[in-house]
Amino acid sequence: MEKVMGLASEKGVVIFSKSSCCMCYAVKILFQGIGVEPLVYEIDQDPEGREMERALMRMGCTAPVPAVFIGGKLMGSTNEIMSLHLSGTLNQMLKPYQALS
Amino acid sequence: MNSSSTQFVASGRMGMYEPIHQIGMWGENFKSNGISNASASIFIAGNLNSSQSILMAADTKLDNQSEDTSQGTLGPSSKYDLEASKPMDKVQRRLAQNREAARKSRLRKKAYVKQLESSCLKLIQLEQELERARHQGLYIGGAETSQMGFAGQIISGIATFEMEYGRWLEEQNKHIRNLRNAINTHLSDIELGVLVENGINHYSELFRMKAIAAKADVFYLMSGMWKSSAERFFLWIGGFRPSELLQVLKPQIEPLTDQQLLDVCNLKQSCQQAEDALSQGMEKLQQTLAETVAAGRLCEASHMPQMDTAMEKLEGLVRFVQQADHLRQITLQQMSLILTIRQAARGLLALGEYFERLRALSSLWVTSSREPA
Repeated sequence: MEKVMGLASEKGVVIFSKSSCCMCYAVKILFQGIGVEPLVYEIDQDPEGREMERALMRMGCTAPVPAVFIGGKLMGSTNEIMSLHLSGTLNQMLKPYQALS
Repeated sequence: MNSSSTQFVASGRMGMYEPIHQIGMWGENFKSNGISNASASIFIAGNLNSSQSILMAADTKLDNQSEDTSQGTLGPSSKYDLEASKPMDKVQRRLAQNREAARKSRLRKKAYVKQLESSCLKLIQLEQELERARHQGLYIGGAETSQMGFAGQIISGIATFEMEYGRWLEEQNKHIRNLRNAINTHLSDIELGVLVENGINHYSELFRMKAIAAKADVFYLMSGMWKSSAERFFLWIGGFRPSELLQVLKPQIEPLTDQQLLDVCNLKQSCQQAEDALSQGMEKLQQTLAETVAAGRLCEASHMPQMDTAMEKLEGLVRFVQQADHLRQITLQQMSLILTIRQAARGLLALGEYFERLRALSSLWVTSSREPA
């Protein structure tokens, strides 16, 4: 879906979320803790939200939200992000997007 | 002055609880006059033969002791009759006898209390087994729970989990013993590797069981009532904290290479960041649930305008518990990648023994907290 892909490329780290989803909030906190400010897009506040949800599922996301894109590429949902983080891979991927302190 | 009192033994869960034991008064035994039938009548519901035999052994021991006391007092008095008996000597003799009798009484009491403590511990274990067996009966008798509808599903879901967890613990003890033997007998890396893999898979098995139980009743899992009390003290979203795991392992896996030290350090940091994120997510969930429940007008009692939203939030809890377990699992896996096979074996043993000790501490606590101040 072009809308999803378009939004996914707007920033280094993009999280598709729902305003009621606390797991999405947790994933956002995780990225902030690593020093990255993600773009969070609430699909439940978008009129095309349902279609976006279906598109994300079709792309292979285990749960529609949170859906995390890094550098425009779909990384997955919470499970995938946690695995990437603990293996040290996530930090490597985020290097170009980390805020310079 | 005392009639028989009902002694409540703390069992696993607060909700499903019954007074099983009735312990009659044993106060009569502590009188130093040496009663011939020093029998404490202890009534135990059900067929608990082994604990009865322990208590009967205590009875016979007391009978012997009271006999000894009565024979002991006969000896010295005959000796003193031969000498010129002054009033002072008689008093002294009487005081000495009293002191001796009191001392023996105290020793008897000590021995008796010790017997009671071990019996109590045994009773607690038997009671837990009984409850597990009862749940097993409930599980097998599926017809009863299915008639209870959704509530029946929850009860049988929890009953199944408790039964399986009991079996898991027994298996876990086997794994720990195998690891201990392997390390002591210096097995080859290949054989150790198999044990390590089995150990980690066994934890994965637990997380699978918990995932199913979370869908049946997430609050039950979150309460940690299926764990021992000391383990419950360290509870974080339905289980142990992954970063704590690393703390427990650290002293047992040294020495580490520089690369390993770096990797472990990074893993610890990632763990803590992930835990922090999940904790904050949980707080947000609590906050929004509270807001949802509190919303609406006054005087509406339990009617909640946003019931659906509240229910959604509760379902979100399941996801958090599952993610916490996922975190535990990948922490274990990452550690096994960083460590050598030998280190991983020692680490797994350390972890297993750590929880074993927490469980032992819990049992000890239950028995020791019954002593009078």
